[in-house]
Amino acid sequence: MTISIQSVAKSFGRFPALNGVSLEIADGELLALLGPSGSGKTTLLRAIAGLEFPESGQILFDGQDMTQVSAADRRVGFVFQQYALFRHMSVARNIAFGLEVRKGADRPSKAAIQARVEELLKLVELDGLGGRYPSQLSGGQRQRVALARALAVDPSVLLLDEPFGALDATVRKSLRKELRRIHDATGVTTIFVTHDQEEALELADRVAILNLGVIQQVGTPSEVHDAPANAFVCGFVGEANRLEGEVRGGRFRSGDIELASPGVADGAATAFIRPHELTRAAAGAGAFALTVERITPQGPVLHVEGRTADGRRLEAAFARAGGLGFQPGDQVQVAVERAHIFSA
Amino acid sequence: MSQRPANADSALVQGVVLAVMAAFLGLVLILPMATVFYEALRKGWAPALEAIQNPDAISAIKLTLITAAITVPFNAVFGVCAAWAVAKHEFPGKSFLITLIDLPFSVSPVVAGLIYVLIFGAQGWFGEWLIDHDIKIIFALPGIALATIFVTFPFVARELIPLMQEQGVDEEEAAVSLGASGLRTFWSVTAPNIRWGLLYGVLLCNARAMGEFGAVSVVSGHIRGLTNTMPLHVEILYNEYDFVGAFSVAALLCGLAIVTLALKTLLEILQPQTRRPGH
Amino acid sequence: MTSIADHPPVAVRRPLFRRRSAIPGFGLTLGVTLAILSTVVLIPLFAVALKAGQQSPAEFLADAFSQRALAAYRLSFGAAFIAAAVNALFGLITAWALVRYEFPFKGLVNAIIDLPFALPTAVAGIALASLYAENGWVGALVKPLGWKIAYTPLGVVVALAFIGLPFVVRTVEPVLRDLSADVEEAAASLGANRLQTLTRVILPALMPAWLTGFALAFARGIGEYGSVIFIAGNMPYKSEIAPLLIIIELEEYKYAGAAAIAVTMLGASFLMLFVINLIQAWARRRG
Repeated sequence: MTISIQSVAKSFGRFPALNGVSLEIADGELLALLGPSGSGKTTLLRAIAGLEFPESGQILFDGQDMTQVSAADRRVGFVFQQYALFRHMSVARNIAFGLEVRKGADRPSKAAIQARVEELLKLVELDGLGGRYPSQLSGGQRQRVALARALAVDPSVLLLDEPFGALDATVRKSLRKELRRIHDATGVTTIFVTHDQEEALELADRVAILNLGVIQQVGTPSEVHDAPANAFVCGFVGEANRLEGEVRGGRFRSGDIELASPGVADGAATAFIRPHELTRAAAGAGAFALTVERITPQGPVLHVEGRTADGRRLEAAFARAGGLGFQPGDQVQVAVERAHIFSA
Repeated sequence: MSQRPANADSALVQGVVLAVMAAFLGLVLILPMATVFYEALRKGWAPALEAIQNPDAISAIKLTLITAAITVPFNAVFGVCAAWAVAKHEFPGKSFLITLIDLPFSVSPVVAGLIYVLIFGAQGWFGEWLIDHDIKIIFALPGIALATIFVTFPFVARELIPLMQEQGVDEEEAAVSLGASGLRTFWSVTAPNIRWGLLYGVLLCNARAMGEFGAVSVVSGHIRGLTNTMPLHVEILYNEYDFVGAFSVAALLCGLAIVTLALKTLLEILQPQTRRPGH
Repeated sequence: MTSIADHPPVAVRRPLFRRRSAIPGFGLTLGVTLAILSTVVLIPLFAVALKAGQQSPAEFLADAFSQRALAAYRLSFGAAFIAAAVNALFGLITAWALVRYEFPFKGLVNAIIDLPFALPTAVAGIALASLYAENGWVGALVKPLGWKIAYTPLGVVVALAFIGLPFVVRTVEPVLRDLSADVEEAAASLGANRLQTLTRVILPALMPAWLTGFALAFARGIGEYGSVIFIAGNMPYKSEIAPLLIIIELEEYKYAGAAAIAVTMLGASFLMLFVINLIQAWARRRG
């Protein structure tokens, strides 16, 4: 199902949570809503679910206006951050709930409901745990139950609020893959909220980045990472060194460092340089000295922290292969291979 | 140096504290309760049993049960409604509303009775109209029920509001997003989570409803066999120096209090959040 | 059609009353709540104020502050204050024992603390009256000392001490329980002795709850009737409490007089409610 969000605005008291947000989500897409806390991402997700109602704007499902339709009638699957499992119901009853509350001819037979529950338990790899109660499950298992419960109603869209937020790092990673697998298996349009850019980039087909109730950029993970639309996106997605400086005549200057900045207007500007875009170079034009302070191995790269001659801290990531040939205290020559420069 | 942990008291301090507590509780709580049973059985079982089987006593017991049967469900329904509105929704003036719901706890029971006399009594707002239509509220069951509803008004609501606030709205939102109606959400999701708290409120409401004296005393008219509740019957017997009779009916009410405390303790084990100060 | 992406940020329309909630039933339940609250509590309370207001101010003052009424207020407020103070002291001790110590019958003691909530006040009244009368178990014991408890103002204090006991214990207890042991250990590690720890660390932390318990017991005591009238003696100007005076006025068909005293007492109740809310706001601010 396609979802179209048109100029949606919503405030809590004086605080505007969504400030005219528009977004199109394609059928079968897996989209991440990424942003810092207070960016409005959860409010947007809840507005899609019908758990919040916008003050203006529209939300369309397959072209049909759902803005004022109650959550009960939207047939969405919502996975809550703290799972919100019904604590007094067994896992199986939790999963069956959405089918059992249907009225009249809509309600499947007992046998059909049971079959569906079994099928979903298998899908989320919890076979045989239907009789347990939520309090008897681990965090990761609860999250799977919440997912199965949301999927049981054959939702037109699956919405997940910080689905991995309450889990420890290892469980997070494996459940991420799980969500991708389940999404691919069911093909249901899926939107999830996260503040973790790594999670968004790894899992989603497209990422929508929000800040202060406004969408900053929507694009594929590589688009938002490699071609950030503005300074916020660049600083929020991926690691970057941040240099404040000035642009004059297509050149960005910040202390000793000078970079080409085609298309950026003259005036104060900020340059973002990703650690891996800072490379070792021979002394000469464009290169500058970095005094190494600390070296940390991180998988295939070595993470190097150092200071420029005028005392600014920079971080670089050098390939580990072949060794480095320097130690903390040494000076190395580096050059900026690529930078993202935005007018301030 | 002593080997006690920093936050433990010496045996001497513990002994003194426990002795003071025992003496105080003994004088104020335990001896009065013992007195009730002692005075009731002073002349043996027969007069005591006779006193509670007296027709006036029986009709007082009946009236007390009827009053509780009206009051408790009424306040339970009110409490659930108020708690649903207050705990599951946001709106301006909420804490003021909670204060208003709590208001009857700070009003003297006698004043609670008086307000209904001023409205429904012979000299009251509706007095003449009620007399013309031969409707009795004051000095009759409706007045007794109203006054009792007033003094027990907040019990269920103030038990449920904090409990339901603590439980949040996640489960209800989940139920609604899965397609459940409001009523279905309440019965399947909310009710099982609050049942012990609700029962706790109902229990305390019932104890107060059966035992209310001041408010009922103002509106009842003390008509023997007709508008006397058990506590009023105790008063009449006591003032007539029928101490065995008075204390026998009192012992029955004392039994009710003991059952209430036992059930209350049980409910606090079943739903630990119910234990709250200030009833 | 304009492209949706080009829309400027929309001016946020603030809803007049409340935002729509995803959970149904708000209008119905709030409506029922307000309707019942108004008919049972608010309108009747308003009626008593109206009745008192029908008199001229001079008449009102003559009724509300007659010598007899003033004596009754003095007794009701004075005895309630002393009883609340007694409860504050012994309630704190009881709460301390319940939280900190292990002793036989602890569960039973814990349950019996709430007896005043469960026991009908009239039963408490006659029991206390016969216990503290000159021929009662306790009354006989103190008689040789020249003390008379029942049928004196002291008897009123005893009855109100019974009624108010659970308020202090049950407000202080949870706070004392939550007061973590490390605070005391920290104080001890900084060189404080046990008494210093108690007066400088524990009591200040308990203060808001302690005051709340005191205020709740006091507020309850002001209006208490059933447990008091049997033990009070009910002598005008000496041992007659304010609620009893209302009943006496009513029995003499002096409705305006009863309303005047009731309004004065309601004023005192609202003041206490306000004070209690202030204490709790203060407690919340202190975290």
